[in-house]
Parts: sequence; C-alpha cells; structure tokens
Amino acid sequence: MESGDKVWEVFIQKKAGLPFKHAGSVHGYDKKMALQNARDLYTRRGEGRELWVVEASNIVAVPLDEADAFFDPADDKIYRHPTFYDIPDSVGHM
Amino acid sequence: MDKFEAAFNEIIEKELKVEPRDWMPEKYREHLIRQVSQHAHSEVIGMQPEGNWLLRAPSLRAKQVLLAKIQDEGGHGLYLYSVAETLGISRQEMIEQLHTGKAKYSSIFNYPTLNWADIGAVGWLVDGAAITNQVSLQKTSYGPYSRGMIRICKEESFHQRQGYEIMMQMAFGTPEQKEMAQDALNRFWFPALMMFGPHDKDSAHSSQAMKWKIKIESNDQLRQKFIDHTIKQIEYLGLTCPDPNCKWNEETGHYDHSPFDWDEFWNVVNGNGPCNQERLDHHKKAHNDNKWVREAAAAYALKTETQVA
Repeated sequence: MESGDKVWEVFIQKKAGLPFKHAGSVHGYDKKMALQNARDLYTRRGEGRELWVVEASNIVAVPLDEADAFFDPADDKIYRHPTFYDIPDSVGHM
Repeated sequence: MDKFEAAFNEIIEKELKVEPRDWMPEKYREHLIRQVSQHAHSEVIGMQPEGNWLLRAPSLRAKQVLLAKIQDEGGHGLYLYSVAETLGISRQEMIEQLHTGKAKYSSIFNYPTLNWADIGAVGWLVDGAAITNQVSLQKTSYGPYSRGMIRICKEESFHQRQGYEIMMQMAFGTPEQKEMAQDALNRFWFPALMMFGPHDKDSAHSSQAMKWKIKIESNDQLRQKFIDHTIKQIEYLGLTCPDPNCKWNEETGHYDHSPFDWDEFWNVVNGNGPCNQERLDHHKKAHNDNKWVREAAAAYALKTETQVA
C-alpha cells in the first residue's frame, strides 16, 4: 500500500432508531478524509444520517480456526429460548 | 480432503457465501482477483468515453445527469477495488497491473464516443449489457462481491434509463438526429454483444467459474437475455437492428443473431482498438499528476493524526 494510505471500514445509520450497519470500506489518509470519502462513496442517495469510519487494522475478530470452539458454548443451551417452556394457552399471551 | 476444503465445497454446493477469511482454493482466489479487478478497472476506464462529452452536453440537465452517472462509475470502481482487497491484493498493485497491461478492462471502452448519440448508446447498450451481467452476479458465491453487485445494481438502473432517454430524444428529433441515433446503434450493437465474452464452448475460465458459482449464468445465456430484452426497445425507437439476421425464432423462443467478428474483439482486447493507447495514457497521466496530492495527504496525516489530544 502506498505510504500513508489506509483502509477504513464504513458503518452507516440509515435513520434514528436503527442500528449502524457495515456498508463496506474506503481509503483515506486521515480521519477527516476517510469520513469525506465514505460520504461521497456510500451516501450519494441519502443512505444515512450518521456515519462511522474505523481503521480496518483496529477491528478485532475471532481467529478463524478458533471460531468453532469460540461459539460452541451457545449450541447446547436450548433453555435460553422461550419455546423451551410449556405454558398453558389459558394463561394468555406470555 | 481436510475440513477446510470440505467446508468450502459445502458452501458452494448449498449456495451459501464464501467470506474473506474462509479457506478457499488458491485458483478460486486468483480467478476472483482477476475478474473483480478487471471489473473495477472497467468502471474506472469507462468514465473516460463519457467524460469526453461532459463539457459539450447539450443542456445543463444533461450535464448534471451525466456528471452524476460518471461519479457513480467511479464509485463502483472503488467498491470493486475494495472487494478485491479482501482477497489479499492492494489497490496500488491493481493499478500497477492496469498500467503494465497485466490486468485488462472491458474492451468496449476502447471505442470512441464520436457524438452525443453515442452517449445515449453507451448508457442504453453498454450499461444495459453490464447490468444484465451484474444482476446475475448478485448471486455470486463470494460474499463481498455479491454485496458490491447488489449496491451497484441499485445505482445502475438510472444509467440505462438516462441513456435510453437520450436515444428517444434523438430518434424522435430531426431526421439528422435520428440518423445519428441509428449510426450510434450500428457502431455499438456488436461490440456491446461481445462484452459478454467468448461463446461458452470457447471459454475455459468461464466453466470453472460456473462450477464455483462465481458466475451463475454463462456468457451465451446472458447475451441472449440481453438481445431478447433489447429488440423491442430498438423497435420502439423506430430504429433498425444492424444485424439483418436478428429475427424471432419460434423454435428456440429467442432472437437469432449473426456470427460475431471475434477477430475484431481479440484485436481490441490485445491493445489494437481505436482508443486503447489513449485510455491507458490518460489514466497513467492522471495518476502521476496527482502524486503530489497523495504525498501531501500522507505528510498532513503524519503531522495531525499522531498528535495526542
């Protein structure tokens, strides 16, 4: 990569009340340029009211070869779901 | 077969998506880098034939619209460079490959845009052919490419409509304008159809790409789809398809077409089209002329971003 050029991940909030969503990535040399480039690239048609850019190298992810073990503890806890419990219809919506 | 390869095969078989950090065969990665970088370069080089008419657009409205379209094409190039970057190649490397000729771009952009009707024909036929291909690629097996295509297709639909609008204005205008519209159609018809690439029987890359579901429909299938859609659009304009053999075939349920001039196609791919040199020279010049901007941006970032607030 050319000296000083960085990749940033772009997150957009479409409107108040909605979560930020990853839109893609953009190049920029500094924070301000990354924001402006992200605006020009991802919000040319009013796609958002808020924009985050995060340097891609600052994103922390689960190593791929550990992903199975990492998420494994969630697989066998069906009692975390409401359908695990038998509740009589006569008590109404619960 | 190890568990990673098995997982990859399962993704392809079940039509799920491959994501950047998933294991993938080296050939799959290489094929995608080649295809996506070519796609990105095509978007960027494609700005040139249209930029040619920006300062000569016939009205302020036409100029605004064309400017917005060209800006979209630049944006699409950037989405696609980002997709390729997730596969482990940098944007700088891709630009170097474009400049050395190692990477290609769609040969349609090596044809000149001689008059305003050509801008109509480019939007209608060239963008139309590209959209046919891109709609199909929304279902590609590589996640970031698929997401990029969905975004691009959403934005592209205005491009083809603006092209057709220009064609309508010309075709329903003065006899001279109608003649220009017909002339543009004559020149762009066959090159636009050849954008879909060689026939399936001659396309080795293509069949492997279909096994991996990088491509969902073959070159010939997509080309036929485009022809079938476009004929009624030609008829509406009161223009004539330049291919005398382009007739409805009851048996196949499609329009026929004449054999293509593949010698011309390969000649242009190999660098001998009317504008190959001009397009590359212009890109190199713009890239080199802007070197000082990149250097200044890097120096400014070094000075400002390291300061502790």
